[in-house]
Amino acid sequence: MKVKNKILDKSFLKKILSSKGAYLLLLPGMGLFFTFILFPLIYSLRMSFYKWNIVDIAASKFVGFSNYVRVINDPIFIRAALNTIVYALITVPGQILFALIVAILVDQKIKGRTFFRVAYYIPVISSWVIVTFLFEYLFGSQAGLVNFILKDILHLVDNKIVWLANPILVMIPLNLLGIWKGVGWSAVILLAALQNIPPDLYEAAVIDGAGIWHKITKITLPLLRPTLVFLVVVLTIGGFNVYISGLLMTKGGNPLNLSHFILTLMYKKTFTYLDFGYGSAISYLLTAFIFMVSVIQIKLLRRKVEY
Amino acid sequence: MLITKEERMFRIIAYILLICGVVITLIPFIYMISASFKSQIYTFEYPPRLIPRDPTLENYIKALGKDLFGRNFLNSLFVATATTISTIFISSLMAYAFSRMRFPGKEVFFYILLLGMMIPPVMLIIPQFVIAKNLHLLDSLWGLIVVYVSITLSMQTFLLRSFFETIPRELEEAVLVDGGNRWVIFRKIILPLSKPGLAVVAIFTFLYAWDEFPWAHVAIKEASRRTLPVAIALFQSQYLTQWGLLFAATTVASIPVIIVFVIFQRYFIQGLITSGLK
Repeated sequence: MKVKNKILDKSFLKKILSSKGAYLLLLPGMGLFFTFILFPLIYSLRMSFYKWNIVDIAASKFVGFSNYVRVINDPIFIRAALNTIVYALITVPGQILFALIVAILVDQKIKGRTFFRVAYYIPVISSWVIVTFLFEYLFGSQAGLVNFILKDILHLVDNKIVWLANPILVMIPLNLLGIWKGVGWSAVILLAALQNIPPDLYEAAVIDGAGIWHKITKITLPLLRPTLVFLVVVLTIGGFNVYISGLLMTKGGNPLNLSHFILTLMYKKTFTYLDFGYGSAISYLLTAFIFMVSVIQIKLLRRKVEY
Repeated sequence: MLITKEERMFRIIAYILLICGVVITLIPFIYMISASFKSQIYTFEYPPRLIPRDPTLENYIKALGKDLFGRNFLNSLFVATATTISTIFISSLMAYAFSRMRFPGKEVFFYILLLGMMIPPVMLIIPQFVIAKNLHLLDSLWGLIVVYVSITLSMQTFLLRSFFETIPRELEEAVLVDGGNRWVIFRKIILPLSKPGLAVVAIFTFLYAWDEFPWAHVAIKEASRRTLPVAIALFQSQYLTQWGLLFAATTVASIPVIIVFVIFQRYFIQGLITSGLK
């Protein structure tokens, strides 16, 4: 009680303790957040209903849902959406599978754990721009290592494959890049979850005569379930947002706009064709779709957890 | 505990698999460094050679002297540093308010802020471009900084708040008894005790701002104001197949990232887990 009186005596403290103080602390951050995140979010919704004129905003025309109608009837968009969905369907399980293997192996009380953790994490901290060019070099250049391995070492193909000029083949390096860059991140999260599993569970299993495979499938995986659900949701969101690698490797959806992802198409429509309304409609459709998929995933996967 | 035969076998297999994985993970980087020391003809050599024939520094000299590479490097350094300092300052103030103070609307503000962690940043590029245009922030490094701070703010505030929550409140009461105020508490107790947390925020923010491409790509057109990722992307389209030159540039651009990461990796992974697993 005495302490409390002392605080209230000081006028500066009074101000800080009253809500005004708290609002003062929030002001710079919330100011930026409203200006550059929340306001743009709403502004973009508005733009998606207009034939937006970037030079003279007053000349923009309200067009209702016509941008959205144009988007979903656009074969280029459909193709981009398919490419993106396939990308998510391949890279999400791919990252989780390899990350799971890495995490379980590193968890086996082996030496050099720090080394492995750092090594697997380097692609994660590398810039997308740089690693995209690395994959272009490995797949696409005349001295490409991938073709060398396929043709001269494994003798799987007779001629060098032209990876980057074909709208379907180019998806292979893009998907592999997505997996390769993300494994380390998921592995670190999984490793943390593995270390939370109490060791006596394993010891009990050993007493019952369980082998390693049995331990993994009967103890490890079920206990990792919440973490795996988290990874599926987060990685799916990331997968639908694939952007930089596609933009650079396909040089903006080439050939014939067949190799777009949703966001690279959004970029091209907006900043090359200056169709800002159309671009905003794409980004809102994507966000709505991502939101829907996340909710469904959480519902489906959570329900199973309860068993 | 005794190690069974099966476990020993498993451990050997584990090493072999992990090392194979490391090779696949690192080989693109090894190739990058290798190509950066090759002269132009040898970057096309087939079959590809891992150890460069006649290694040369020519690419580095050319890349570093090229156009505005030094300028772009400094731009990136400035943007990443300013973003990091601003983010630490702003998000620690917010995190303190959320963790230690009561005020009307606290929950609402917090959930609105969390929304920021769920919105994909690329989605906001179009309206941000229009807003930055009206605020005359296009083609300006400050235009990059304010957007980067705004984007990363949610996550960093959330992370710091969870660090602040772990600091025992008794210490603060002691300060109050001694006649200190909240500002003293913030400066003398909260900040020094959250050093690991602040380090995590610093590393995350620095790496993010150093690598960010999508916003810098649309916001900056003036060549002398580009940051490294944008400069490198355009560099590649300009000197299409000069791989040696390109990879000398990317190697130099990767150095700060690798240094920051290797030194701080312990904090980094701790922060990843704190922010990722909630």
